[in-house]
Amino acid sequence: MSETKNFMFLNRRAPYGTIYAWESLEVVLISAAFEQNVSLLFADDGVFQLVKGSDPSGIGMKNFTPTYRTLGDYEVRHMYVDKASLEARGLTTDDLIQVEWEDWETEESVDNIVEVVDSAKAAELLAASDTVFSF
Amino acid sequence: MSDLHTVNKSPFEKNSLETCLKLSLAGSSILLLEDAVYGAVSGTTVSDLVSGALADKKVYVLGPDFKARGLDEGRVINGVELVDYAGFVDLAEANDKVQAWV
Repeated sequence: MSETKNFMFLNRRAPYGTIYAWESLEVVLISAAFEQNVSLLFADDGVFQLVKGSDPSGIGMKNFTPTYRTLGDYEVRHMYVDKASLEARGLTTDDLIQVEWEDWETEESVDNIVEVVDSAKAAELLAASDTVFSF
Repeated sequence: MSDLHTVNKSPFEKNSLETCLKLSLAGSSILLLEDAVYGAVSGTTVSDLVSGALADKKVYVLGPDFKARGLDEGRVINGVELVDYAGFVDLAEANDKVQAWV
């Protein structure tokens, strides 16, 4: 059995205008099957992926924002958001969805795994990752 | 005589909107669609760029794309007008040509 690695999914693009956000999410869901430590980091326009209240029915696309809320069930323990990116876009944590997490075995639970971090911390998180998937 | 300029990329991601505003004549109409709708949000680092353009141009934002991204209409920059797809067609018709900025 190989060692467990730290996977980081770096998301920098807005949702719906291109397929990057959705594709990244699909790879996160698939990676749960490999039982690694998966974290997500949202920076630049990636922070827009977590804005609540999305409704793409008018543009004929499927709303995939609800899928982020299920990530707690897919072995994702951390969803980091770059503070500077939020501020530049006039957003606050109130604009973002909340994602619950629960450990089925220990029943430890967290109300919200979405965590705002500053750039220095984001850089440290990337450096501490074994593999970074960039979207 | 005026043109409709359409911009579809986020101003935080590319300089397409910025260049479009520089290279369009006074009296032009600018339509923000797809990811460019983020340029119509007030209180961001690019809001002044867009509200500044209102001095001599008309700026529109495609409502369905704005709504798709969870943005509330109350966040639209003062003076930027929301249009739907029918309005998009009207704008294309009312102008001499449509120039896309990708």
